[in-house]
Amino acid sequence: MDLTYSPEHEAFRRQLRAWLRKNLGSWRRGQERLDYDDPRRIERAKQWQRVLYEAGYVAMSWPKEYGGQGADPITQAIVDEELVRAQAPGLIGQMGIQMVGPTLIQFGTEEQKRRFLPKILTAEEIWCQGYSEPNAGSDLASLQTRAELVGDEFIVNGQKIWTSNAQFADWMFCLVRTDPKAPKHQGISYLLIDMKSPGIGVRPLVQMTGERGFNEVWFENVRVPRDQLVGELNQGWQVANATLLHERNMLGAATRTQELFAALVRLAKLTSQGGKSVIENPVVRQRLAALAMRVEAVRYHALRQLTDTVLGRPRGIAASVNKLVATELNHDIAACALDLLGSYATQSSQSKFALDHGKWIREFMFTLGMIIGGGTSEIQKNIIAERSLGLPREPRHLPREPRPETGQ
Amino acid sequence: MNFGLTPEQEELQRSARRFLQAEWPPAAAHAVFAANHDGYPRELYGRMAQLGWMGVLAPREASGLGGSFLDAALLTEELGRAAVAGPYLANTLAVWALRQVGSGVAKHWLPLLASGQSIGTFAWFEGDSQTWPVALQTRLTLGRFGIRVHGVKRFVLDAHVADAMLVVGLVVSAGRRSTAVVVVPGSQQGIKIRTMDDVDRTRRIHEVEFDGVTVPRRSLIALGTSADRLLARVYDAAAVLLAADSLGGAQKLLEMTVEYAKVRQQFGRPIGSFQAIKHRCAEMVAQIEPARSLVWYAAHAIDALPRQAACAASLAKGHLSEVYVSVAESALRVHGGIGFTWEHDLHIWFKRAQWNRYAFGSPERHRERVAQELRW
Ligand SMILES: Cc1cc2nc3c(=O)[nH]c(=O)nc-3n(C[C@H](O)[C@H](O)[C@H](O)COP(=O)(O)OP(=O)(O)OC[C@H]3O[C@@H](n4cnc5c(N)ncnc54)[C@H](O)[C@@H]3O)c2cc1C
Repeated sequence: MDLTYSPEHEAFRRQLRAWLRKNLGSWRRGQERLDYDDPRRIERAKQWQRVLYEAGYVAMSWPKEYGGQGADPITQAIVDEELVRAQAPGLIGQMGIQMVGPTLIQFGTEEQKRRFLPKILTAEEIWCQGYSEPNAGSDLASLQTRAELVGDEFIVNGQKIWTSNAQFADWMFCLVRTDPKAPKHQGISYLLIDMKSPGIGVRPLVQMTGERGFNEVWFENVRVPRDQLVGELNQGWQVANATLLHERNMLGAATRTQELFAALVRLAKLTSQGGKSVIENPVVRQRLAALAMRVEAVRYHALRQLTDTVLGRPRGIAASVNKLVATELNHDIAACALDLLGSYATQSSQSKFALDHGKWIREFMFTLGMIIGGGTSEIQKNIIAERSLGLPREPRHLPREPRPETGQ
Repeated sequence: MNFGLTPEQEELQRSARRFLQAEWPPAAAHAVFAANHDGYPRELYGRMAQLGWMGVLAPREASGLGGSFLDAALLTEELGRAAVAGPYLANTLAVWALRQVGSGVAKHWLPLLASGQSIGTFAWFEGDSQTWPVALQTRLTLGRFGIRVHGVKRFVLDAHVADAMLVVGLVVSAGRRSTAVVVVPGSQQGIKIRTMDDVDRTRRIHEVEFDGVTVPRRSLIALGTSADRLLARVYDAAAVLLAADSLGGAQKLLEMTVEYAKVRQQFGRPIGSFQAIKHRCAEMVAQIEPARSLVWYAAHAIDALPRQAACAASLAKGHLSEVYVSVAESALRVHGGIGFTWEHDLHIWFKRAQWNRYAFGSPERHRERVAQELRW
């Protein structure tokens, strides 16, 4: 074990910190609202990503020819850490940066990479994920949205649901069925769809938090040029899974957990009950320390995975473990915060009496949403049990499928 | 030995369930989540009053039903199951308090609240918590012309529609501080009400400021040890009613979830056939069923076992608020994405579970109270 960073990495960190001290200023997160309900917030969020990009800090590990810096994974990890440490706002383009971008780098044509990657970084084009459908959630591969290849175009018909950010996204990476006769995993293709195409309808859905986050999306004879197919025709399941791994790593990011936990500790120090700071309460101390153990484990586990990445070792089912562990932990952190707030726990963000801007009740619900999105905890456990531990699948009453089915 | 309900109690509960299914469907609960709704469904309350529910705990001679505390708990369970909005809880606690005291003011208000003509509420907690007992800041100054009320209360249920507020404060005389309760008409000059916007829109709480409000001396309904005893009894009552509400809500969530697990198909089969889901549903039953007995016992203890009432109330409140939150959590997980929407019914109960958890003392506080009551 050697936990020191190279002098170059240390220098980079110092330079980044200095930049953040100088430039974060008014961008620093104030109100803890992460939704993009209001066009002005969207515009501002794009501006922030642009500022960060121009300083050279967005997706540093991407190849230079597509707008990245070709930086090593450690540099990238330093950026992630420092942004969280400085309480910088999240990136509105994160589904592009963390999900479709890396997928295109792996599976996209040269033309697709040149066309799409740079605009992901600059926030000129925001992406959304068209995977789930009303009847295809955990069982993603049963999706029904049809795409027929007619000449040089796909004609897309069908419906997606729970599509986060579709109400303002410019592009969607979308799973469609291109061969209805093939076994279900073999007739799927991965398309990039311009959200301004004629025939697309978007209906925002209000989430339980009261925010508009996800949407229903309809396709009626939407034309998609053939060169917007990623990977091979009918081989989209493999591409889809690559994106899912990126998504799970994103949702399972240790930095997010650390950020949330740091906010919890701040809350415990600032909140008083009966004239005493609650952090002095032995029950609270026990709970916080128990959470700290899990948070630190996640943090060091992330460092270990970083080493695996640097050394090019296979990551196995790490993404599923990360997603499962971190999203459950994040939810437990929020639950602890509610207990600290006691009678103020359920004060809404609109309330003048809310503590911490009503952050925690929203976070409590939102973290539960993240336990469901990206494949539920049950699905992650199935993946771990079946793909990693080799346990048999649950007995089924239906004809056997050709592939292991751990879903999403 | 008969640990169970009488046929009359079973019928009360059945008929209440039928009534609320018809009069307060989930669509009605959704309506109170609209920004401009004041959270008081007057039409429903008119019917509830006709049925005598507003005075279930008041004696018959005071326009009440003369019910037992268990009757009240059973009704409250049904209101919790239906997630009924409005001042039922606030009013029932006020009725319970007024019925314990014999003074003239109490005699004046009790039939009004019991018949649903007027609404009562407690203005009790301040600052950071809803635990009792706690040091109060609100001063009640006894003068020749009456009692001056000065202080700021928080978490006051339904203050915006209350006709009578039972204000808890301190009387300081000759260096001695005594707890006291006075009845202040909601229409009194000098009362300022500020809404404390909660995510559970089926409940409405407020900050209420009494800026030198003066009421006649006869408005004092309890002072000193009698006030302390009264408040302890109301605190127990609140704990049991919230436990009952939680029981009803958890039961409703269980039913919704089981129903959904049977119809929602993934991987070509109902999700309820996956052991992960099946066990989650069975776990809900395992949490709810024993908890029901805890609620019945606690409700019975209020009437019949005064020495055990406080402990039983805290056991019920502390445990049921954990059960409700845990069941709500499971319900949401089993529903997947659909449960995360505003349009779906689930969030109504999910948020009510959170509110119930912290109102009138968090589980942690009730656990501490249990330990004290058991002299550990
Ligand atoms: C906040 C949020 C944002 C989202 N954003 C997006 C997005 O941008 N794009 C997108 O495509 N999707 C998005 N989703 C959808 C998400 O991916 C799905 O909700 C999720 O995969 C679950 O699918 P479902 O909702 O249909 O639930 P279902 O699949 O119906 O699951 C219901 C329950 O059954 C369980 N279950 C299902 N199968 C099994 C099994 N084999 N074994 C054990 N248990 C099982 C599940 O774990 C769950 O508890 C989002 C969801 C949320 C909550």
